[in-house]
Amino acid sequence: MLTLTNLTKTYRTGDKALADVSLTFPKGQVVGLIGPSGAGKSTLIRCINRLVEPTSGKITLSGTELTGLPPRALRQQRRRIGMIFQEYALVERLTVMENVLSGRLGYVSFLQSFTRRFPPADIERAYRLLDRVGLMEQADKRADALSGGQRQRVGIARALSQEPELLLVDEPTASLDPKTSRQIMRLLIEICAERSLPAIVNIHDVPLAQQFMQRIIGLRAGRVVFDGPPEALTESVLTTIYGAEDWTAMRKDGEADRAAEAEAVARLAALTA
Amino acid sequence: MTSYPTTWRRPPQIVTDRRWRIALLVAVLAYLVIGLGSVEVNWARIVEGGERGMRFVQGFLQPDFTSRWKDISNGLNESLTITLTSTVVGVAISIPIGIGAARNLAPAWVYYICRSIIALSRALQEVIIAIFLVAMFGFGPFAGFLTLSFATIGFISKLLAEDIEDIDEAQAEAIRATGASWLQLVHYAIQPQVMPRLIGLSLYRLDINFRESAVIGIVGAGGIGGTLNTAIDRYEYDSAGAILLIIIAIVMVAEYSSSYLRKFLQ
Repeated sequence: MLTLTNLTKTYRTGDKALADVSLTFPKGQVVGLIGPSGAGKSTLIRCINRLVEPTSGKITLSGTELTGLPPRALRQQRRRIGMIFQEYALVERLTVMENVLSGRLGYVSFLQSFTRRFPPADIERAYRLLDRVGLMEQADKRADALSGGQRQRVGIARALSQEPELLLVDEPTASLDPKTSRQIMRLLIEICAERSLPAIVNIHDVPLAQQFMQRIIGLRAGRVVFDGPPEALTESVLTTIYGAEDWTAMRKDGEADRAAEAEAVARLAALTA
Repeated sequence: MTSYPTTWRRPPQIVTDRRWRIALLVAVLAYLVIGLGSVEVNWARIVEGGERGMRFVQGFLQPDFTSRWKDISNGLNESLTITLTSTVVGVAISIPIGIGAARNLAPAWVYYICRSIIALSRALQEVIIAIFLVAMFGFGPFAGFLTLSFATIGFISKLLAEDIEDIDEAQAEAIRATGASWLQLVHYAIQPQVMPRLIGLSLYRLDINFRESAVIGIVGAGGIGGTLNTAIDRYEYDSAGAILLIIIAIVMVAEYSSSYLRKFLQ
C-alpha cells in the first residue's frame, strides 16, 4: 500500500507543481491520473520514487517511509518500484535482453552487471517476461531496431523484472497509435491483475482511462480535484479538471471533424452514384 | 480595398541604426588598410626566397627515399610509437576526467577540478608543452609521448564531457529508477550513448597525434619531425620531400580508414 501525505513540490523556478496532495493506493488497484498538461501528473509519479525530490510531505510504501532516505537506502527502495515511460526510455544501443536485465541492476554488484553475468534466476525471469510480452524472438536485437509498441513491451518487461510492488506508468501510450495504445493498456491491466500489482498510470486520453482504470484521480494545478470510479467521471467533473473553455473547445472540434467527415462521405457517395 | 507593399527587405538584425552601421563599416575598412600598410615586405628577400622555394619544390619532384632511409625509418618508427602510446594513454586518462567534467554526472567540486585540467591542457599548445618537457626530460621520444598524452587529455575530455551533457536524459532516468548505483548508471545509460562518438574521437585524435608528432619533433621531442628538421638544415630537400610525402600518405591512410571505421559504429 502506498500513502502520500501532504505532498508538495515547488520547483526552483517557483512553479508549484504539487500542493498538499494526500492519497492512498491500496494493493492491486490500477489508478489513472488525469489532468491537463502542467497539472503535476508527471511530478507526482516522479516524486514517489524520488526522481524528483518532493519539497515537503511524506511518502510511505508498505510501512517504509521513502522521503528523507539516504542515497543507498533510496536505491534499495527504488527496486520495489517499477517505472514505465512515455517515450519508452530504453537504452537504444543495448540489446532487448540487456534492457530487460537492467531492471536487476539494483540487485547485482557493479562487477556482475559490468561483465553481464547476471544470476541464472534473473536470466530465466527475463526470458519468461519477454515471452509474456511476446518478444521472445527479439531478445538479441538492439532496442532501436524495434517498433514503438514492441519497445513499450520491453519497457514493461524491464519494469517487471524488478519484481516490483508498485508500478509507476508515465503516459504509456502517448507516442503510440490508437490500436497499439489499446493493446499496451490491455497488456498492462492483465499483468497488474495477474500479480495483483498496484499501478499509477498518468494518462492523457480520457476515454482510454475510463475504459481501463479502476479508479481515476483528476489533478488540476497540483491539486486533487476528483477521486472516484470511472463512471463518476461526468462532463461537469471533466470541466473542473480541464477547465470549461478547453473542454468545450475540444468537443466542438470533435463535432466539426465529424461534420466534415459526414460531408465528405456524402460527397463521395454522390460522385460514385 | 487596402493596398499592401510589394517590396520587402530583411530588417537589419545586429546594428539597427543605419549611421552606426556605416560608421562601423568605415572603421573596419580603415583598420584593414592601416594594418596592411604596416606589414613590411622585403621584396628582394622574396625574390631570393623564390629560388630556394623552387629547390624545395624540385626536391619534392625528385624525392629521395633511399640515401637517408635508415634515419627516415627510425624517425617514422618513433613517431608511430609515440602516436599510438600517447593516444591510448591520453584517452584512458580522458575518460574519468571527461565524466568528471560533465555537469549532469559530477558534483560541482569535481566538475570544477576536471574543467580546470581541461582548460590547462587546451591553453598550452603542443609545441610549447614539448619545449618545456624536452627541457625537463631531455631530447627524445619520451618527451614527445608525454606532450601528446597531455594534449590528448584536453581534447578528448572536453568533447566527451560535452557529449555526456547532451545524452538523452530519459534513458538515464529509466536506469536510475531501477535502483542502479552511480557506476551502473554510467555503464548502462551513459556509455552506450557516448561510445560511438568516443571511438570516433579517439581515431580522429590518433591522426592528429601523428601530425603533431611531426611538428614537436622539430623542437627535439623525437620522431619523424626531428628527421625532417635535420634534412632541411642540411639542405637535403630531396630527403625532406620524401619525408613529407610519407607523412601525407600516412595521414591520408589514417583519415580514410578512420572514416571507414566510424561508419560501422552507429
